[in-house]
Amino acid sequence: MNEFTLTMAIRKRNEKGQSAFIPYMMAGDGGLDMLHERISFLEEAGADAIEIGIPFSDPVADGEVIQEAGSRALKRGVTLRKVMSELQAQLHSIPLVVMTYLNPVLAYGVSEFVEDCKRAGVKGLIIPDLPHEERGLLSDALIGKDIALVPLISLTSSLERIEKNARKAEGFVYAVTVNGITGVRSSFASDLMDHLTVLKGVSNVPVLAGFGISTPEQVRHFSSIADGVIVGSAIVTAFHEENLEKIQSLIEASRTAVSQ
Amino acid sequence: MIQTVEGKGRYGRFGGQYVPETLMGALSELEEAHDSALADQEFIEQLNGYLKDFVGRENPLYFAERLTEAAGGARIYLKREDLNHTGAHKINNALGQALLAKRMGKRKIVAETGAGQHGVATATACALLGLECVVFMGKEDIRRQELNVFRMELLGTRVESVDKGAGTLKDAVNEALRYWVAHVEDTHYILGSALGPHPFPKIVRDFQQVIGQETKRQIVEKEGRLPDAVVACIGGGSNAIGMFHPFVEDENVALYGVEAAGGGISTGQHAAAIAEAKEGVLHGAYMYVLQDEDGFIQEAHSISAGLDYPAVGPEHCHLHDIGRVHYTSVTDAEALEGVQLLAQKEGIIPALESAHAIHFAFGLAKEMHPDEILVVCLSGRGDKDVQTVRDALGGGVQ
Repeated sequence: MNEFTLTMAIRKRNEKGQSAFIPYMMAGDGGLDMLHERISFLEEAGADAIEIGIPFSDPVADGEVIQEAGSRALKRGVTLRKVMSELQAQLHSIPLVVMTYLNPVLAYGVSEFVEDCKRAGVKGLIIPDLPHEERGLLSDALIGKDIALVPLISLTSSLERIEKNARKAEGFVYAVTVNGITGVRSSFASDLMDHLTVLKGVSNVPVLAGFGISTPEQVRHFSSIADGVIVGSAIVTAFHEENLEKIQSLIEASRTAVSQ
Repeated sequence: MIQTVEGKGRYGRFGGQYVPETLMGALSELEEAHDSALADQEFIEQLNGYLKDFVGRENPLYFAERLTEAAGGARIYLKREDLNHTGAHKINNALGQALLAKRMGKRKIVAETGAGQHGVATATACALLGLECVVFMGKEDIRRQELNVFRMELLGTRVESVDKGAGTLKDAVNEALRYWVAHVEDTHYILGSALGPHPFPKIVRDFQQVIGQETKRQIVEKEGRLPDAVVACIGGGSNAIGMFHPFVEDENVALYGVEAAGGGISTGQHAAAIAEAKEGVLHGAYMYVLQDEDGFIQEAHSISAGLDYPAVGPEHCHLHDIGRVHYTSVTDAEALEGVQLLAQKEGIIPALESAHAIHFAFGLAKEMHPDEILVVCLSGRGDKDVQTVRDALGGGVQ
């Protein structure tokens, strides 16, 4: 099988000796009519793919910042269905990765959701409450669609699980860099480097680090050891505060990192 | 409709493990620890010792003579879980899981609570075993169950208020899960109901089935046979699964689960997930879940904080599907009648949760023959609800 478009986009960046940068934005925060404008901004600012978060009533994997952004979007009546319809209205060349909890997908209908993802140019899915064992729920519907079901692999995963998950990973491996939920962190576990090294050793796809990465220094640090970084809460905050320079500085930090 | 997928902990198509990857290791560690504990005679003896001398088991199966007379039908027995230490069935599971945590070398405990009964039970078990405990509780529930908050604090537990969502049980579970994800390496999550990802529904059932086992033994001693009907209330479904499980194979025993209909099913202000019959994933399991057409989870509504949860444990969902248990519902107003009925006929003030079962059972008994036997699980005592009941009755008894 050919590589996923999402994987190729990351590799393209890595081939330049640089680390990939994937920002996360909450769809509908600030209004759904901002969606395309923000995607275009992130694309022009140099993102390699964009993670589009879908608001949910019970976001158990998210910290305060993303929970609040989700609540703002929910108050505006944003739903998975509305986001998918908006995405289909205007296509982008940058790969989009939809991050949603499982229940809205089940309510949508798995096959209908996958078809709409295909039409909207979605190249990857991240479903934080769908671990490896349960992925059969979606994986059949995704065959041949060039939509990668990106696995999260955590610090607490056993070596056996890491190998099992990483070998079958599609798109990229989302290496969760903290035990916990999304959000800003000031420190990371000391064995994180070993964890990332192990992951890179067993994975056939790029390994990106995410959760808790929020400052240019952290971006630079993780960019030097992983194939890319995912930044969520800091991007969400920057959009909310209309501080677009902050976003540019984060992306620049990833470009100036020297790989180790 | 969900496709059947290979996964652990399935009850028909319900159950599973829909949780963040960070928790998967802890779940498999928990499953192994639980299996090995149940196979270890020493662990069983230790648990049974605490159940006997600390909890006060076995508790009575009480013949409710005046309630039976008032109904004029089946002979009504009450399984007195309200007489357990801490006043409800919740201690059975809290103690079992606290012992399990200790066995796994985890000295810290996180739990959620709705009515506060599970929180108090967990705080109690932690004090008994010297474990550190934090309990998440919705802001609205803290208001409704103020005294239980203080009880937990007296027992040395830290109570964290959750003001997200409606500030009820669902929101408390969300926060407890977030906390657990962040502290999973040294902390065990004592889930209080027959919910959540595998192996929690099984663990809770295993520690609660003492209710049904004792009932079975006691009714045979008193009546020489099994009952014709067994009734229990259902929020997540822990007392009900504990009561029902030992009877599931006994086909002549009719089983009835009573959900909370709140203001009435037709008002949309209720907690009756089976009645609503929408399937989905919440808190790690595939279940019947109250939700809107976009898959957003809806708030449950019930006068009883312990039943105020928008889903029903996966095994109950399956027992409903195969028709083994009849699920029905009782409104807030009917539950209030149930409280007064039991108080005045038997001198027992039931918890609002249990009052749902009492109200339904009373109606059912009327339609049964005087030779027939009906058992109700009286899951908890009503001391915690006296204020709520007084307010709901407008300050006076009707």
